[in-house]
Amino acid sequence: MTVIVDYRAGNLTSVKLAFAALGEPVEVTNDPGKVRAAPRVVFPGVGAARSAMDNLRELGLVEAVKDAATDGRPFLGICLGMQILFAHSEEDGGVDTLGVLSGQVRKFPSVPGCKVPEIGWNQVNGDAEYYFVHSYYAELGPWTFGKTEYAGVEFTSMVKQGRLWACQFHPEKSGRVGLELLKGWLAC
Amino acid sequence: MLTKRIIPCLDVRNGRVTKGVKFKNNIDLGDPVEMAVAYSDGGADELVFYDITASAERRPTDIGMVAAVAESIRIPFAVGGGVSDVSDMERVILAGAEKVSVNSLAVRNPQIIADGAKEFGAQCVVLGMDPVRSDNPKCPSGYEITTRGFREFTGMDAVEWAKRAADLGAGEIVVNSVDADGTRAGFELTITRLIAEAVPVPVVASGGAGQPSHLADAFNLAHADAAIVAGMVHTGDWTIAQIKHDLAAAGVPVRKVW
Repeated sequence: MTVIVDYRAGNLTSVKLAFAALGEPVEVTNDPGKVRAAPRVVFPGVGAARSAMDNLRELGLVEAVKDAATDGRPFLGICLGMQILFAHSEEDGGVDTLGVLSGQVRKFPSVPGCKVPEIGWNQVNGDAEYYFVHSYYAELGPWTFGKTEYAGVEFTSMVKQGRLWACQFHPEKSGRVGLELLKGWLAC
Repeated sequence: MLTKRIIPCLDVRNGRVTKGVKFKNNIDLGDPVEMAVAYSDGGADELVFYDITASAERRPTDIGMVAAVAESIRIPFAVGGGVSDVSDMERVILAGAEKVSVNSLAVRNPQIIADGAKEFGAQCVVLGMDPVRSDNPKCPSGYEITTRGFREFTGMDAVEWAKRAADLGAGEIVVNSVDADGTRAGFELTITRLIAEAVPVPVVASGGAGQPSHLADAFNLAHADAAIVAGMVHTGDWTIAQIKHDLAAAGVPVRKVW
């Protein structure tokens, strides 16, 4: 069973439907106790870093999410759910985030011909394309498993540290390759 | 590299996908869910559904259809038609659509763009617009916004409206040329480029796609980020894979793995 953390950071319908397509039972919750007890945790998120952190604090979820990401259980951060695993984001004038990973999240520079947000399908490690929607990116570092290029920047599009996985793109909206990634995570 | 998106457009009338030219001569093309699955499996990067009779019949979007599509495909899709307020947008998004498209509604009430962007994020709010070539002095770009299926002229300049919509929070703008719509003679490149260069958000070329070179022109000459196809794929004249093959040969980055 997979628990999806609901901290009022975007619509969870697509995430639920993707796991349903794989036959995986899910529970959507904002209860820290359920996150602590969960065998595997999905931490999605769309929106802004500051309000996401505010919501996590208000719901008492900060420690439960950090523990889930660091105690060896399978954990999957998606989009904003990946970005706030890092230590700090430039968004909203600068926000301290969860600090599970030590890197920084930065805003894409303004480059002619590159619209921000990046919306669409981009390659990960020069191979298959996944669906991205984002204005901020996580820098490269020892945590980088997947690398993607946009607006002249190479950024971390996927993290894989044991059973802690996180992706900037949306596997739940990335067609067959996205479902295969989720299947791989369910087996880890 | 970010790839250019190919987006089949499905006009839904009474639960069936239809194709008409300038809202006339509607031909039944099939079931929306079956077509969505076929296009998704065939390499479409995204889909857009317009519930084209919803507004005329004064009813909300067909949510059952949206939910059935969402259960059946794992690529993003947008829905337009039958949306009159933020709670209608919410129903469409909760049913599993990635984006909601507003057009005539936003002309009547531009605040819907800001309200939708605040509630769901700008990436969920698509402005659709139907510009037509015009010598109206109020429209210095030479293109005027029409509404209600090209029936009403608004006196609004297309480029000014695009800029304002992006400022209000539209995450993407679909430029559907009235002059090119249904002709399969190529996109209206001038207005597409004017808007693509005027706004900081992605622009989708729409209306007139008839062969892959038309899409290459929209990307290479008009700087569109995505392009809508309808008749050229609905008739079976072209597959998405054939279009992408030709685009790749023309130097356009396209998604190759699906």
